[in-house]
Amino acid sequence: MHGTTMVFFVGMPFIAGLANYLIPLMIGTRDMAFPRLNALGFWLTLFGGILLYSSYLAWAGTAGQGSAPDVGWFAYAPLTEKAFSPGTSTDFWILSIIMSSTGSTITAVNILATALCLRTKGMTLARMPLFVWMFCVVAFQILVAMPPLTAAQIMLLLDRFLGAHFFDTAASGSAVLWMHFFWLFGHPEVYILMIPGFACVTEIVPVFSRKPIFGRAAMIGASVSIGLISLGVWAHHMYTVGLPANANIFFATGTMLVGVPTGIKIFNWLATMWGGRIRFQTPMLFCIAFLFQFLIAGLTGIMLGVAPFDWQLGNSYFVVAHFHYTLIGGLLMTLFGAIYYWFPKATGRMLSETLGKWHFWLLLIGFHVTFDPLHFAGLLGMPRRIYTYPAGRGWEGFNYFSSWGVVIQAAAILIFVWNVVDSLVRGQKAGNDPWDGWTLEWATTSPPPEYNFAELPEVRSSRPLWDLKHPEDPDWKYEQSAAS
Amino acid sequence: MSMAAAVPLNKTEDEAQNFDRGKVGVICLLMTEVALFSIFVTAYIFFMGKSPTGPYPADVLTVPVWGTICLLSSSLTAELAVLGLRKNAMRRFQLCWGITILLGAEFLRQTGIEWRKLIQVDGLTISTNVFGTTYYSLVGLHASHVVIGLTLLTLVFVLGLRGASLAPQQRRIELLSWYWHFVDAVWVVVFTVVYIIGR
Repeated sequence: MHGTTMVFFVGMPFIAGLANYLIPLMIGTRDMAFPRLNALGFWLTLFGGILLYSSYLAWAGTAGQGSAPDVGWFAYAPLTEKAFSPGTSTDFWILSIIMSSTGSTITAVNILATALCLRTKGMTLARMPLFVWMFCVVAFQILVAMPPLTAAQIMLLLDRFLGAHFFDTAASGSAVLWMHFFWLFGHPEVYILMIPGFACVTEIVPVFSRKPIFGRAAMIGASVSIGLISLGVWAHHMYTVGLPANANIFFATGTMLVGVPTGIKIFNWLATMWGGRIRFQTPMLFCIAFLFQFLIAGLTGIMLGVAPFDWQLGNSYFVVAHFHYTLIGGLLMTLFGAIYYWFPKATGRMLSETLGKWHFWLLLIGFHVTFDPLHFAGLLGMPRRIYTYPAGRGWEGFNYFSSWGVVIQAAAILIFVWNVVDSLVRGQKAGNDPWDGWTLEWATTSPPPEYNFAELPEVRSSRPLWDLKHPEDPDWKYEQSAAS
Repeated sequence: MSMAAAVPLNKTEDEAQNFDRGKVGVICLLMTEVALFSIFVTAYIFFMGKSPTGPYPADVLTVPVWGTICLLSSSLTAELAVLGLRKNAMRRFQLCWGITILLGAEFLRQTGIEWRKLIQVDGLTISTNVFGTTYYSLVGLHASHVVIGLTLLTLVFVLGLRGASLAPQQRRIELLSWYWHFVDAVWVVVFTVVYIIGR
């Protein structure tokens, strides 16, 4: 339930929300391309979530204990078959995932159609904000990676209700086929979650370094390559299955390759900061923390990408620590940065900088106290998915620290919630452009009117508001090559 | 902040430089559909020859020549209908569109006949073996797309019969014909995999 909730009902809706709110503002249009379809996507996701949680009220699960789905977020077959998961909990899981992934697919169609069809006058693809570019990559990934999940879920439903044998190992079905289909979705999915984080960092870092992004074209190229390569690395989740050696080599190589464009991005963000007049305000602090933590998460990712290393540590707490480092240390940090950055635009009021710094530092400390020790617990052999263990394995200290870290993180989140509530009522008025930004969303009022813009500045470069504020030294003088 | 260089928000001007959103939307839809079908085709190929017990494809499947001819020619008549619509020849459009619907319906009827024979004579159901599992799910997935396509085609046809003005809807009707062509193209793949390679 935790994994499913976080991926499908926290991560994905947050990303869809960011896209729906910011893309029309950034490209200077009134709404997404298909507003009614968009509403359908939203309600499908919402009711998918309600369906999942209503499982608590339903019949017994696998072991007759509780009714929530109890097959894990990747729901390996044949555990999910009727014989091993009687009751309805697994069906709740299947149907809610099909609903929410349909919702995500609809959002993806909308993102692509909006970005390709509704850009304002003068905004060529070359001048489109990198945020929107990266969301286009995400949308493409959703379009090709969600169907394998949906297809596998349909097959599982056929197995469970019509007696089909796709994943029924007793009748020549294949459990490994489920793993392939699931990870064919599951691996691109982690990039679908992560690239929006990159997108936020790419908007925030230049504004707070007072420099244009370094290597704009390289950034676009790197995003597209991540989008494509990540479709071909899924089986690095399956080394412990015993795939042929050639397959392991192929997927290990692909996994290494993804590190290259990701590295390019990290260098570009650093080069953007280099020599800049950096303003260490809360959104920027979150982005800097992201850079360090995502680097470490990337390194443990490369370690796990090496098949023999993974044979040793697959399904251990090292894996748990690795992906929480990417998703908490990487994604969650950037999303908080994004909230501090765009909250003034959406509400017209600033979040408190003092509370923001408390939130940031407590979360940072809590995060490291929680997740750093888990790497070592994993290296010492602590497996995933256990709720207790015998004493004397050497895991106690690490878990003790980890538990206390959670308390610190919870305090940070409480401060954040208080910050939001308090700032909504008493926050300092934001004005149109509190950060001295360069993209179109800062050209309208905060909060923007229903129709977003009454009038728009002319777009002649990738930083239209810089051109407007600095008519003596506009960007378009230097971007001629990209202007055609 | 001064808005000296502001441009008015003019929708037609906005969209002049960009792509048609309907086309982009339908292309995206077809892309996900391709991905969806690829998974079912992969499953079919993966399980080829892995059924421990019969009936096997070679024993029970016959090549559905007539149904295939009907479905593929329906793509042709759909295109003729769209050409008629572009020239505002509404009678020609209705005629060709109607024939498209009949051909699609005949394809479905043929599938129904084939399934009845498989179930009643050969005793092959979705739960008999992995051949039955993958056969019914792949062909059924395609047939369900035919049903959706036929429903939409019929909707347009009935609206036309009732005297609705279809000419302003030309763009949408063309996009619908793209979907129909896609359904036919998928059949070429399904046909090749199930009835040629898999038999």
